[in-house]
Amino acid sequence: MEEIKASMAGSVWKITVSQGESVEEDQDIVILESMKMEIPIGAEEAGTVKEIKVAEGDFVNEGDVIAIIE
Amino acid sequence: MSYVETLQERIEGIEKGGQEKYHRKNEEKGKLFVRKRLELLFDDGMNIEDAFFANCLDDALPSDGVVTGIGKINGQSVCVMANDSTVKAGSWGKRTVEKIIRIQETAEKLEIPMLYLVDSAGARITDQIEMFPGRRGAGRIFHNQIKLSGRVPQVCLLFGPSAAGGAYIPAFCDIVIMVDGNASMYLGSPRMAEKVIGEKVSLEEMGGANMHCSVSGCGDVLVKTEEAAITYIQKYLSYFPANFREKPQTVDPKEIKSIEKTITELIPENQNAAFNMHDLIKKLIDEDSFCEVKKKFAPELITGLARLNGKSVGIIANQPRMKGGVLFPDSADKAAKFIQLCDAFNIPLLFLVDVPGFMIGTKVERAGIIRHGAKMLAAMSEATVPKISVIVRKAYGAGLYAMAGPAFEPDCCLALPMAQIAVMGPEAAVNAVYANKIAELPEEERPAFIKKMQDEYKDDIDIYRLASEMVIDAVVEPEKLRNELVRRFSIYEAKNITFTERKHGVYPV
Repeated sequence: MEEIKASMAGSVWKITVSQGESVEEDQDIVILESMKMEIPIGAEEAGTVKEIKVAEGDFVNEGDVIAIIE
Repeated sequence: MSYVETLQERIEGIEKGGQEKYHRKNEEKGKLFVRKRLELLFDDGMNIEDAFFANCLDDALPSDGVVTGIGKINGQSVCVMANDSTVKAGSWGKRTVEKIIRIQETAEKLEIPMLYLVDSAGARITDQIEMFPGRRGAGRIFHNQIKLSGRVPQVCLLFGPSAAGGAYIPAFCDIVIMVDGNASMYLGSPRMAEKVIGEKVSLEEMGGANMHCSVSGCGDVLVKTEEAAITYIQKYLSYFPANFREKPQTVDPKEIKSIEKTITELIPENQNAAFNMHDLIKKLIDEDSFCEVKKKFAPELITGLARLNGKSVGIIANQPRMKGGVLFPDSADKAAKFIQLCDAFNIPLLFLVDVPGFMIGTKVERAGIIRHGAKMLAAMSEATVPKISVIVRKAYGAGLYAMAGPAFEPDCCLALPMAQIAVMGPEAAVNAVYANKIAELPEEERPAFIKKMQDEYKDDIDIYRLASEMVIDAVVEPEKLRNELVRRFSIYEAKNITFTERKHGVYPV
């Protein structure tokens, strides 16, 4: 199980996967918006998206868990 | 027995190191014997070994637990000290410390690199009066390291623990390679932490290789095996001269093959979209020549050694793929040390700029981002090696300054045609200047107004306007950037300046 965490503070701009979807290593899970930049947050290893813990528009802090990959 | 036979017997005994059971224990952990490590490290073995007989009257302490001597790497002689963890866990006795001090003094006299192969439990408490507090006690090792710093390259290969005071050996090296699972650095062990402050924590979590290479920044390169650590350092040293007086060697240039896309295709037009800066680096440098430093630490800024037409160059590049390429306290800290490293050994600097600025918010202010950012500016400003900054896409705010912007005397500041230089990006600027006005407008009129203002702003910071004002020295066609850099660096090689005269600056640390 791998927790996907926000690498920096920002708001959730786009969620690019859905629950139950299988993802590859480095595949984008969500894209944050921070400092006027798109910040892609990718999976560190391949697996299945077990849970997405945020919704588009949410504010997240650095280190907050965004999704769980199994 | 003849004299010669006695000598032979003693040599054989000492060469074996500690007891068989400790050799087996090391083997189980994937650790090589100290003499095997040195055999792999050097071109043709140790050329000179001194104080081999240190403490030879005590059978339990062959060479007093450390091997010191000189061998060649890439044809260049280097000094080495290497702990033998089969001898009292590589702990430091009186003679161990004296041997390390002497090989450092040799490195200073010969002005050749100094390598530390560390695998040691720390001080040998039974020897403490002789090895700890005095003039030639362990403190002298660190004093010598500080003195050697910037005179000769100093590198640390961390194969095992580096505990308590011993942890300052890696701290004072230019670079620290750590073997995952075996290498560790800590002032107090987990056992001590539990006893003294009541914290329950594992060694890996508190001072493991992965933690140090990704969180604390005390480690620079994480490798899986000792062989990989040795291969890395052989490559790393090939970019460096033997000392600060010399220039790095030139090797045969290698053509680029690995990426088919053109630079224009690699870089998204939308300033806010991410792309992988490593792809651009590959398009500029000689094939397979990148030697990344601190890959896992603050990855929003890439630092690494490379070759441009066969010549060493240090690259500092924003990575839009990670944290938007924004500068954080850790990225500034990482850049400051890397710039100092290259400047000390006459390695020119290339800044690849695509930076939205320094991070803002409570978290980074509390972490002292201003202080850390200032450290990066100071190191960059003071570097007297040839330095070129290339505005790849955007250079906003103090990000422009930190990345060797025009005011910091780069030999030139080049821009690609899509570059933007400004105090802040169009979205942020329009928001900052017209926030009240936008709020007053009826909602349906806002988007058109914002777009108009943003377009005006973009015209105002147009790259040709900046070229016309001579803020930048040239606008370069992306596909010709490599040639432009090769040509300019080869001309700037003649640069020979002193930053300023004084004892030393007083910078934030």
